[in-house]
Amino acid sequence: MSNSEPGFSTLAIHAGAQPDPTTGARATPIYQTTSFVFEDADHAASLFGLKAFGNIYTRIMNPTQAVLEERIAALEGGTAALAAASGHAAQLLVFHAIMRPGDNFISANKLYGGSINQFGHAFKSFDWQVRWCDPEEVGGIEELIDDRTRAIFIESPANPGGTFIDIKAIADIAHKHGIPLIVDNTMASPYLVRPIEHGADLVVHSMTKFIGGHGNSMGGMIVDGGTFDWSASGNYPMLSEPRPEYGGLVLHETFGNFAFAIACRVLGLRDLGPAISPMNAFLLLTGVETLPLRMQRHCDNALEVATWLKNHDKVDWVSYSGLEDDENHAMMKTYSPNGAGAVFTFGLTGGYEAGIKFVEALEIFSHLANIGDTKSLVIHPASTTHRQLSPEQQESAGAGPDVVRLSIGIEDVADIIGDLKQALDRV
Amino acid sequence: MNHDSYQDAYISGILHSVKTIAMIGASPKDVRPSFIAMKYLLAKGYGVTPINPGHAGKEILGQTVYGQLCDVPHHLDMIDVFRGSNALPGIVDEILTLKDRPSVLWAQLTVRNDEAAEKAEAAGMKVVMNRCPKIEYGRLSGEIGWNGINSRVISARKPVRQAGYQALGIRIRPQ
Repeated sequence: MSNSEPGFSTLAIHAGAQPDPTTGARATPIYQTTSFVFEDADHAASLFGLKAFGNIYTRIMNPTQAVLEERIAALEGGTAALAAASGHAAQLLVFHAIMRPGDNFISANKLYGGSINQFGHAFKSFDWQVRWCDPEEVGGIEELIDDRTRAIFIESPANPGGTFIDIKAIADIAHKHGIPLIVDNTMASPYLVRPIEHGADLVVHSMTKFIGGHGNSMGGMIVDGGTFDWSASGNYPMLSEPRPEYGGLVLHETFGNFAFAIACRVLGLRDLGPAISPMNAFLLLTGVETLPLRMQRHCDNALEVATWLKNHDKVDWVSYSGLEDDENHAMMKTYSPNGAGAVFTFGLTGGYEAGIKFVEALEIFSHLANIGDTKSLVIHPASTTHRQLSPEQQESAGAGPDVVRLSIGIEDVADIIGDLKQALDRV
Repeated sequence: MNHDSYQDAYISGILHSVKTIAMIGASPKDVRPSFIAMKYLLAKGYGVTPINPGHAGKEILGQTVYGQLCDVPHHLDMIDVFRGSNALPGIVDEILTLKDRPSVLWAQLTVRNDEAAEKAEAAGMKVVMNRCPKIEYGRLSGEIGWNGINSRVISARKPVRQAGYQALGIRIRPQ
């Protein structure tokens, strides 16, 4: 390879992978094994003491998983990455590395409903406190920061409405206060948006969605931007202080700009255990090779569908930032010039009842709680993914009672629109 | 030369040509970065000589420690510096007094002094700064990818196997 930087599609196929050195197998093998034999006692000690690169036990690392990690790190422009069993597991590992009991973090309220639950309820058991903000009101974020605030967390575009957030403006606020910005990039995928280029320090993914793309495997990912100084403030002792588990090793000093990913692996994944299976890593890896092709088709189809819906007399409103008259269109053009993604919401003139009837009348669309499948998907967030939220939380998250969310697949767009038309005819 | 970034082939050339390394600031503590890098480089077959005045005459990882470069009784190909950036000019001056001069000056992560580098280069030495030879070896061999770290290397060529489990050699051609 010449020294010019490889393009995105080349990275999506090659980054992290090489022919198998023993057999010459060109596809990345599924290393379906729990453990790896040590050369000798000294080699074992080196691996356990983080003095050599290599594999010990699949709860901590696995060669199939490693190819996926390096691939996503390359696509996001990060220094390293760590895969986990799910997007939720990835988020748990991130906050485990940066939070102590009594610390708080600021999170956007426009968020996947599952994340709102994890932050607002599950994390309370650890005494990690979330402070909600409106990510479109950047001015209000700063006043929520105090001396126990350890991070800002946003999604962009945000689930379920697909609203693009001003990543750079929020990154500037975070850095002014010496805290990292974490961006959940599940909805855009790195094909559309690379948050690290806009100032994010860490990126998390549910690879279950667009990265895998086929709705067949769970997986989460943490990408280390390599940009944040974990030692400057003394507020991130997992990285800046000697670790008793490793004989007093200081992770940031030892691993430099990929220390965060190492911390999540050797302190988080090792001790909390939410490892991804090698089989899932393989399936996600196969999916990511076609990410650029799929994502562009998702965007093209979604724009055509949103335009068609907007002109339908039974549709009250369509919120898709790809539409030129959408209030979020300028932000989308700034951050995601290739397209506005596959997921958007709309409301029917008939309100809640019409929404339910419509969802049940669809033939090609699958009624389920996921996004980012090759197949077109539909859900009524207020009664499913955002059901456990209060009515106020539902409204602020863009998941009010009349809202229908679509995840447009990569079928022929005429068939997608045909299905929507016949269902609307029956409302 | 500019030291903001290095071509992979330049680093590969150095790691291929060097056989003996003096490590200035080598620590006997097994959790210090210098100890970890030394252990790795020894495992990859390099001769590594620790330089540390506080431990002269003792051993680190079975290697005799010397107090200063001019005490080392054998040829050195490369000087690897685990000291602050402000120590680099003095180290270059010391290197330039050696009769049997090393060909490479390597300064660890965060260590950089462009004036010192220029002086070493003017004397014919190759210079690498703000890099770690363990990380660079891991990157150019592909080993570093086993731990999810971005090697930034794309290659469909056969990996270079070394003796033992989980050991790869550098597959990037030297300059």
